[in-house]
Amino acid sequence: MNSANFWAMGGYGRYVWPCFAFACTVLAWNLWAARRYHAQARKRALRALAMNE
Amino acid sequence: MWTWFYRLASPPYVYGTAALLTPWFLAAAAVTISYGLVGGLIFAPPDYQQGDAFRIIYVHAPSAWMSLFAYSTMAVAGAIGLIWRIKMGHAVAAATAPIGASFTLLALVTGSLWGRPMWGTYWAWDPRLTSELILLFLYVGVMSLRPAFEDPARGDRAAALLSIVGVVNVPIIHFSVVWWNSLHQGSTVVTIDGPKMPGSMLWPLLSMFLGFMCFYAAVLCMRLRGEILNRERQSAWVREAIHP
Repeated sequence: MNSANFWAMGGYGRYVWPCFAFACTVLAWNLWAARRYHAQARKRALRALAMNE
Repeated sequence: MWTWFYRLASPPYVYGTAALLTPWFLAAAAVTISYGLVGGLIFAPPDYQQGDAFRIIYVHAPSAWMSLFAYSTMAVAGAIGLIWRIKMGHAVAAATAPIGASFTLLALVTGSLWGRPMWGTYWAWDPRLTSELILLFLYVGVMSLRPAFEDPARGDRAAALLSIVGVVNVPIIHFSVVWWNSLHQGSTVVTIDGPKMPGSMLWPLLSMFLGFMCFYAAVLCMRLRGEILNRERQSAWVREAIHP
């Protein structure tokens, strides 16, 4: 399979590639959101600890 | 064995274990998804009917499967929290909901993009599509219900109850292509006669299934740690666990 054929996906490229692009976006969002959620929770917990001291 | 099981109800134990497991799950997800993508996009032959459009299956089927698996996990965890009053059950349920919702959205969008060239439409009020859309609404409902109560414990109970009631939709989604006339194709992997795909198509797909499972586990661990900190920030062990 040469490069042009690969990207064309037999004429279905405009359906196939957006699917994979959206999948990458969803996976990346999940990682980013989970890290952010934990970081924010940690910050809130640290603030609560500082107030109690 | 039971000691280990009981430990799963302990927030400090789960917080520490989730931190240890996250990189392993992420590494496993990276390897299996990479293999699945290369195998599915490059080495698998085009389908004899659907041509290269069939390659959408490599993200559509695993995300649809994960949408059901995450919902079932959320309902079981909610039931554990509701029946045995184990706080970790509600924490797992809360951490699972946004991940499951994102996989449901991914399944719907990729299914829609597959439907256009195969059925001639992006959307049809077909039993499989409609029940999957209802699943997305259930996720949104559970996520909205939890913070709607001033008392977090009541929010947890209400969300768990909705999750448990909504779990009836899971077998409906799975069997919708059998019970009703559906545009959606039947199962090609889990069938009584074995998979209907050749190995060159099947192995990358199974690898993607495994990769999505590992990815879900990694993200669940990360979210669960945040969820535990939010719920336990007044506990003494938190000082030891997070102090810089």
